Amino acid sequence: MKKPSNEMKLIFPSLSENERLARVAVGGFISSKNPRMDELSDVKTAVSEAVTNCIVHAYRDTVGLIELTARLTEDGVYIKIRDRGCGIEDVKKAMEPLFTTLPDEERSGLGFSVMESFTDSISVKSKPGSGTTVVMVKKLRSRI
Amino acid sequence: MAVYISDAGDGRIIARLTGEIDHHSAHWLRMDIDTAIQDRSPKELLLDFSEVSFMDSSGVGLVMGRYKNMKERGGRVVLANMPEYIEKVMNLAGMDRLLNER
Repeated sequence: MKKPSNEMKLIFPSLSENERLARVAVGGFISSKNPRMDELSDVKTAVSEAVTNCIVHAYRDTVGLIELTARLTEDGVYIKIRDRGCGIEDVKKAMEPLFTTLPDEERSGLGFSVMESFTDSISVKSKPGSGTTVVMVKKLRSRI
Repeated sequence: MAVYISDAGDGRIIARLTGEIDHHSAHWLRMDIDTAIQDRSPKELLLDFSEVSFMDSSGVGLVMGRYKNMKERGGRVVLANMPEYIEKVMNLAGMDRLLNER
């Protein structure tokens, strides 16, 4: 029988204190893969960026639910972060390095750049008024 | 997350950051550091990252904001003791070219 892959789902309100909860939960989840320190740190940082985007942008001036799914794959981890917030008009523009709609709040405009450089692949699907789904895949080179 | 600010003499202040820097904690760090800049009008602000265990791009925003604040007052910002994973985030923003490192 094929061994079922491990999976977790976490649903939480878009409160900034949950940024930590999300990255620590995913960090704990992938620990069974025995990742290297830099891989663990990359995954936590990418998750933190995606969840912060939901809080700062998707649910701006409101609180909504964020759904985080993580699944261990043969060679790494699959992470999906979904919100039902305002959505992104122009995803390509939003993903440009240093682009931000909130410079006065000291947002660096690097969220998507960090997610892109710290994972192996990222896909962003968004519909204005319906929400955004970010899927990231990261390979984990298990140690011997 | 906390920041410990001390006077290093010669118009320099050291802000020793500890714990995790994200969007949630950056807000409080910003207030504490800016209060010290306001009160002491330093020529140099040294941000010490040696005890920071996590940082995402909110930390870059924090540094960029303090850089702007200090520059407006004719001062400068120096980054010190950055662990490798923090340097990785900073370099993405080109902060290594903008700031002095010690």
